[in-house]
Parts: sequence; C-alpha cells; structure tokens
Amino acid sequence: MVSDVEAPVRGTTSSGLSRQRLLMAAGLVVLLALPLFVPRYWVFFAGLLGINIIATHGLNIMMGYTGLLSLGHAAFLGVGAYTVALAQIHLGLPFWLAIPLAGVSAAIVGVGFGLPSLRIRGLYLVIATLAAQFILNFVFVHWQSVTNGDVGLTVQPASVFGFPLNNETRVYYLILAVTVFMTVFGMNVINSRVGRAFVAIRERDLTAQVLGVEIVGYKLIAFALGSFYAGIAGGLLAYFNRFVNPEQFGLLLSVFFLSAVIVGGMGSMLGAVLGAVFMTLLPEALREGALAVGTTIGFDMATILVPLRETVFGLLIVCFLILEPRGLAHLWKRLRQRSHHPGG
Amino acid sequence: MLTVEDVQLSFGGVKALSGVSVEAAKGRITAVIGPNGAGKTSLFNVISGFYKPQSGRVVLDGEDITRLKPHARAYRGMSRTFQNIALFSGMTVLDNVKLGAHTRLTGGVLSSGLRLPSSRREEAELDAEIRRDVLGMLELDRVQNSHVEDLPYGLQKRVELARALVMRPKILLLDEPVAGMNREEKREMGRFVTDVRDRLNTTVLLIEHDMGMVMGISDHIVVLSFGKPIASGTPERIRQDPDVIKAYLGGAEDAADDKAA
Amino acid sequence: MNAFHFFIEYSIVGIASGGVYALIALGIVVIFKSSQTFNFAMGEMMMLSAYLFYTAAVTFSLGILAGMVAALLGSIVLALVIERVALRPMMGRPFIAIVMVTFGIGSIIRGVVGMIWGPNDLQIPAILARTPVLIGDFFIPGKTARAAAIAVCIVLALILYLRYSRAGVALRAAAADTITAASMGIDVRRVVAFTWVIAAITGCISGVLMANVNTLTPHLGVVALNVLAVIILGGMNSIGGVLVAGVIIGWLEAVTGLILGTEFREITPYILALLVLLVRPTGLFGSRGIERI
Ligand SMILES: Nc1ncnc2c1ncn2[C@@H]1O[C@H](COP(=O)(O)OP(=O)(O)OP(=O)(O)O)[C@@H](O)[C@H]1O
Ligand SMILES: [Mg+2]
Repeated sequence: MVSDVEAPVRGTTSSGLSRQRLLMAAGLVVLLALPLFVPRYWVFFAGLLGINIIATHGLNIMMGYTGLLSLGHAAFLGVGAYTVALAQIHLGLPFWLAIPLAGVSAAIVGVGFGLPSLRIRGLYLVIATLAAQFILNFVFVHWQSVTNGDVGLTVQPASVFGFPLNNETRVYYLILAVTVFMTVFGMNVINSRVGRAFVAIRERDLTAQVLGVEIVGYKLIAFALGSFYAGIAGGLLAYFNRFVNPEQFGLLLSVFFLSAVIVGGMGSMLGAVLGAVFMTLLPEALREGALAVGTTIGFDMATILVPLRETVFGLLIVCFLILEPRGLAHLWKRLRQRSHHPGG
Repeated sequence: MLTVEDVQLSFGGVKALSGVSVEAAKGRITAVIGPNGAGKTSLFNVISGFYKPQSGRVVLDGEDITRLKPHARAYRGMSRTFQNIALFSGMTVLDNVKLGAHTRLTGGVLSSGLRLPSSRREEAELDAEIRRDVLGMLELDRVQNSHVEDLPYGLQKRVELARALVMRPKILLLDEPVAGMNREEKREMGRFVTDVRDRLNTTVLLIEHDMGMVMGISDHIVVLSFGKPIASGTPERIRQDPDVIKAYLGGAEDAADDKAA
Repeated sequence: MNAFHFFIEYSIVGIASGGVYALIALGIVVIFKSSQTFNFAMGEMMMLSAYLFYTAAVTFSLGILAGMVAALLGSIVLALVIERVALRPMMGRPFIAIVMVTFGIGSIIRGVVGMIWGPNDLQIPAILARTPVLIGDFFIPGKTARAAAIAVCIVLALILYLRYSRAGVALRAAAADTITAASMGIDVRRVVAFTWVIAAITGCISGVLMANVNTLTPHLGVVALNVLAVIILGGMNSIGGVLVAGVIIGWLEAVTGLILGTEFREITPYILALLVLLVRPTGLFGSRGIERI
C-alpha cells in the first residue's frame, strides 16, 4: 500500500528533538488550559474529538499500518461502551477499572471475530468484520434483558475520589489524559519492533516471514490492539454521553472512522489525528452550512442531514483514495517542507 | 551445517526438483548454479519453508526443519535475500535493516508501548550496532535515512544483504545477488560476500548466473539442470565437467548472459 | 398442516427468492472476473435503479415499460461513470484500497438516495401478479414465484450469452490472464466496462423485482452484501457458482426466518460466514494455490 511511514524520531538532530519536545509541551499546556478560554460548546467538542482520535488510532493501527481492513470498527466501540455501562450497573466498577475493561473486552470480541479469517489472506477479514458490525449491532438491539434494546442504558458520570465528572469540562480532562496516553503509547509501539513487523506484513508478508515475523500472531496483535483502542474510545463515549444505545454504533460510524483514517493518511499517527479532527469538524460544518443554505432557499435541511453526511463521507473516501492516498498527513508534510525551503 | 536430502518437489505436473541433495558446509560459500528454470529458486523456497517438498528432508545443524514455518527457521538462524528485490519500499534504509533484527529483539506491545527500559535499551543498542557494523561494512551510512525506493538498484540489493546480515544468521541464502548490476557493483558485492564468510564465519548458499563471480568466490558448487543435480565439486572440477558444459551449451549460456546484462 | 410441511414450503419460497439473489451474484461475479474487484456497492446500485424506475414510471408517469427502459439506461450510464471515474484510476492498487473505494461509492449512493427520495417506503407500480402459485400442495406467494421465474430466465440468458458471444470469450480471456488477453488484441479496459454494464443490468432488474416483492426502501440493497459474503466465502468466482450462492442465501433467510424469527434473517448469512471460516478457512470450494515467490 502506498503510504507514508514516519521515519523514527532518532533521525532528527538533538536540537530538532528538543524543539519538538518544546512544541509538544506547549501544545499540552494549551490543551490543559483550553476550558478556561473557550466556550463550553467547544469543550464538549474537544471531548468528542479526543474520543474520535483514539478510535481512529485503533483503526489506523489495523488498517493503515498492518493492512487489515475492518468494516466493523463502530461495533467494537459499542462493545466498549456497553462494557462500561454494564460494569457500572452490575458491578459498580469505577471508571479507572471500567475503561481498561472496555478495551480488553473489545479486544477479546474483536479477536473472536477476526481469528478465523486472520489465518488467511484475502477478503475474508473484510467479511468477518462486516459480520461483526451486523451481528454485534443485532445483539445490542435484541438482547433486551442485558442491553435494554433500542432504549439503551444510562451511565452515571465517572467519579474521581468521589468527585463526579458530570459536565463537559470535567469529562474533558479525563478524555484528554486518556487520549494523550493512547497516542504516545501508539507512537511507541509503531516505532518499535512490533510496529516494524506490522508494516512488514502490510507490504510483503512473505518477506516478513523470512525475517522471523510470525504473521498470524502479529496480525492478531494488530487486530486486538486496534479493537482495544476502539473499546477504550467506546468506554469514554459512554461516560461522555452518559447513555449507551445501539443507534450510536451503526455502519455509518464505521464508515466515519474509515474516512478518518483514509483522509488523514493511512499508516501515519499524525494522519490519524488530522483525520479525526477533520472528520469530527466536518459534520458540524456540514450542518451549519446546510442549515444556512436551507434558510436562504427556504428548505428544511434538517431532514437530509444524515444522508448528506453519508454522501460526503463516501465522497471523501473515494476522492482521497484516488487523488491523495497518503492523506492530509502527506499534504501537511509537503506544506511544511515548502515553508522550510521557500522557493525550493 | 545445512543439508538438503533427496528433495522432490512438483507443481501439478511440473517437476521442479527431483532428488536434489545439497550440503552447505560451515563457514563456506556453496554455489547453486544451473540454467533458467533449473529449480534453484524452488530449492531456496524449500529450504526457507515456502514450498513443502513431497519428499526429502532439510536438516539444519542436525535438526530436521522440513516441517517448520519460515519464521521458525529464521529463529534458528536462517536468513535470505530474494531474486527480485523484496525491500519494504515505504520505509527508510535504517528501518528496513532493523527489521532484519526482529528475531534478536524481544520487545512486545506492552514493553515498547510503555517504553520500558528493557525495550528502550535493546532498540538503542541495535541502532548503535547497525550504524557501527553493518552500515559501515556495506558502505550504506550515507543513505541510512533515505527511503529505499529512492535508491539505485545496486544499493537496494546491498540494503537487502544488510537486512539479512543484521539477523546474524548462521546460514545465509543469496538468490542472484548481483543480477542486474554493473561490473563495479558486482565486484563490490563479491567482496561483501567473501567478507561475510571470512569476518563473520557465516555459511553462505548462493544462487548466481554470473560465472565470474561464482568461480571467483565459491568454495563448492552444485549444478542443477531440469530439477536434477548433475554435478558438484570445486570450481575447478565444475569448470571442466562435460555434463555441465553440455547443460550450459544447451542454450542456457545466452540466458545467463541476458540475466547478467 | 405439520411443521415439516411448513419447513418445505418455506424452503421453496426461500429458494425462489434465491433466484433474484443469483441475479445480484451474477453482477458481482462478472466484475470480479474482469478486474478482480469485489463491488461492495452492488446493493446500492440495485437500490438506486429501483428508485430510478419509480421516478420514471410514477413521478414522470412514463408507465412500466418506458420506466424500465429509462431505469436500465440510467443504471448503465451510472455504472459506466463509476467504472471510469472511480475504479479505472485504482487499477493496480492494493485490493483493500479498491474494496474501500467501492464501499465509499455505496455510501455516496445511499446518501444521495436518502437526500432525494427520503427514508420512507415507497410503493412502486405492481409488475408481478399476486395470485399464488401452487406446487403440489405447497403454496408460493405469487410475486415471489414470478420474480424468481423472471430472474432465473435472465440469469440463464446471460450465462448463455457470456458463454457463446464474442464479448463473453473476451471476458474469459481477460479473466484468465490480462497480459495474454491484451496481446491477443482484447481491450481489457473495454471488457471491464462491459462487465459493469452487465452488473448494471442485473442490478436494475433485481432491484425492481425486489422492490415489487417487498417495498421500495433505502435498505433494499442490504441483501447484496449478504450475497457478496457468500460469494467471497465460497470462492465462487465461476459464473455457474452464482446460482448456488443465490439459492443458499435465499433458503437460509427463509428457514432462519421460520425457525428463529424474522429479525434473525439479516444476520444469518454472517453467522454462516463465520462458521465456514472456522471450519474451512479457505472457503467452501476454494483451493489454496501455491504462490510463486
Ligand atoms: N509456484 C510455482 N507454481 C508452479 N510452478 C512453479 C512455481 N515455482 C516454480 N515453478 C516452476 O518450477 C521450475 C523451476 O523454477 P525456479 O524458479 O526454481 O527456477 P530457477 O532455477 O530459479 O530459474 P531462474 O534462473 O530463471 O531464476 C520452473 O519450471 C517454474 O516454472
Ligand atoms: Mg530463480
């Protein structure tokens, strides 16, 4: 697959490295102070964004780095979200146990669906993940006694030492912490022996074997890790929305993450972040735009927002795959190169 | 060191190998030569575990590895390069070479994700070692951060050799390492391969059409023709063997020249 | 009437629905043969065709025949545009990228249909008679039976056409080996475009038939994904295999609907898919070729 694997940071000079550290620290300070100077609605948005970044990282690890296409990512988020809800309702688990549990259960369910088809090449995994999407959603809807069907479950806010994270600012900090952790963790994995094995499998699985990479094992690891990310994102989403229902985890959400990975740039950590940002902002921009157009032409656009979204997601997938398969991350890099060598 | 015993391999009706036995002696360069389609690459694929022979055995250091998966053979010290370059084109030279060390490292998801000291240390040590030994020895230092797809063909072949060496293999299989190279590059590659034998004491099994190189660096030669072994011995013996001369006069000489050109 | 009788009756109905699915399968398989592309947008193409028919026949009151012609033409043009604009540039790219492109196209079509025609069910003019058909003492709903008859006729006609026409020969040559086919003077790109036209036709007819048997909804095409799953799983890239694929899906849907309840119908093919993957990892009929290294 054409993609842009980031060179390890070690290639940069030490002054470049410290500059990068400085930038990152500055970014972190801005993120920490964010609720102080932006409207509440933005904080809400930033929370959603963090969740989407985590989920996109997960799909990017599977699809972008390892070449394992999943059409059922949303369903694995669902597993995480229901895990949090059920763990809270039945076991009274606090968030710091429930969220990891959400990740683990999504990973287990993911591996359950993926295992049979990961052993072989070809489109079997695509079918298996599509099966996961439909079957899990079916379970969310029809396993009434546990999931409460279409109505879903209510989730109490997470609480830290008895202090409830019951508004967007408080839950934002939880999401921020988890997002930063998951991003750094992912970057470390990608720049390690494991990450190199992922890319080797994506590019040439036979050669990877010659080098000692146990393909099935590493595909499983990638798939479990990606599903784990989805589960964590789903768990956070449960605390964020404070309810869980099947409608949240439909095929459209899987397409959403697919678009995020493709638009951002497959096989790039930066790309996953850019893609998630872009795709989180997009529906809002679409809604504002459509409603504005609607009022001027006197048409109630609200009714077509969902299909409009679906159309645009699809268009993005197709256009980026054809025109810029390395995604926004690549555009970003080119832009920076140009600004570093003006006129070059 | 490595023995291939009486291997039979056929694809449907095509007999790619019939009754082939080869022995690669420790610390020696053993060449496998023969006309196009003789079954040399198939033999390598049997040795590295991609093709399952219908009968016969592959024995490495006294252990029967005929049924082992390719990656398990890597863990037992077998490394190879491919006839068509098989580098990971999106990656840098350094990352490609580091992949070669997969079997020597132990980092898993948790230890590398959390950057535990153990995994940080082994990565740093590997970096240092690659810079110090491998890139220097193969004269790749200057291109280590380039993407391999940007490199000329000859250098790519060398990167592949570097990747195979980082594994610190006991036995190294090279499938046509100088195909498509110019004279200068061929000479250098020949020097690298003898260096590998002499400095690292690595056993080498070599497929090559370039007779100059084969005769120049091999300790022992095995000749295949139509999947059958027709001769084996020292370069001097092979040069004079009437069967070999006949097999090569059957049109294969031109083919070999084509390849080399 | 006993349970066994019911079971047989449902099975017959299911197999009859399988006729339409075979038509869908044919559209998927021809494209795969010509270009190794699994068309995940087949269901949406079908659904859109049915809406085109509705619009031509009802909105523009062209009537059934002219409406059908318009829908066919519209579907063909659309298929050619998709092939030319979205798939031809992807030639030679990794197969998962191509799958994603067709998946994205499906998403676009679903969205556009949703925007134009809205989420509610529509009633298309009745093409098929309702009078039930009796086979022995088994009862088959009239629409299902007639849809199956039409679908099977078209499938057979297309199979014969692909077997004996020049276009069919070109398709087989291209499927076997693109390079040799090209050297024989076959324009492989035209063959690919031709298979998209075939897919448009089978999609259009199956879409209209399904909209007749059930109703016209944006979910009409979902079944195509099930068909696709069975095809991929079965490794059935033979044109004859499509009948099998269609019948399996149809029968399964009917029988699980009877035994487990109708809500299970949509997930049965996937449960089957997972089971097959567990038991026979290379697919039902697929054999594992040895790859040349
Ligand atoms: N996977 C395969 N399927 C079918 N036939 C194969 C396969 N691999 C090799 N063959 C056949 O086996 C025979 C030997 O091929 P092989 O590639 O081993 O020859 P070679 O000696 O390496 O030739 P060259 O010098 O051209 O590289 C050939 O007839 C080839 O067509
Ligand atoms: Mg060869």
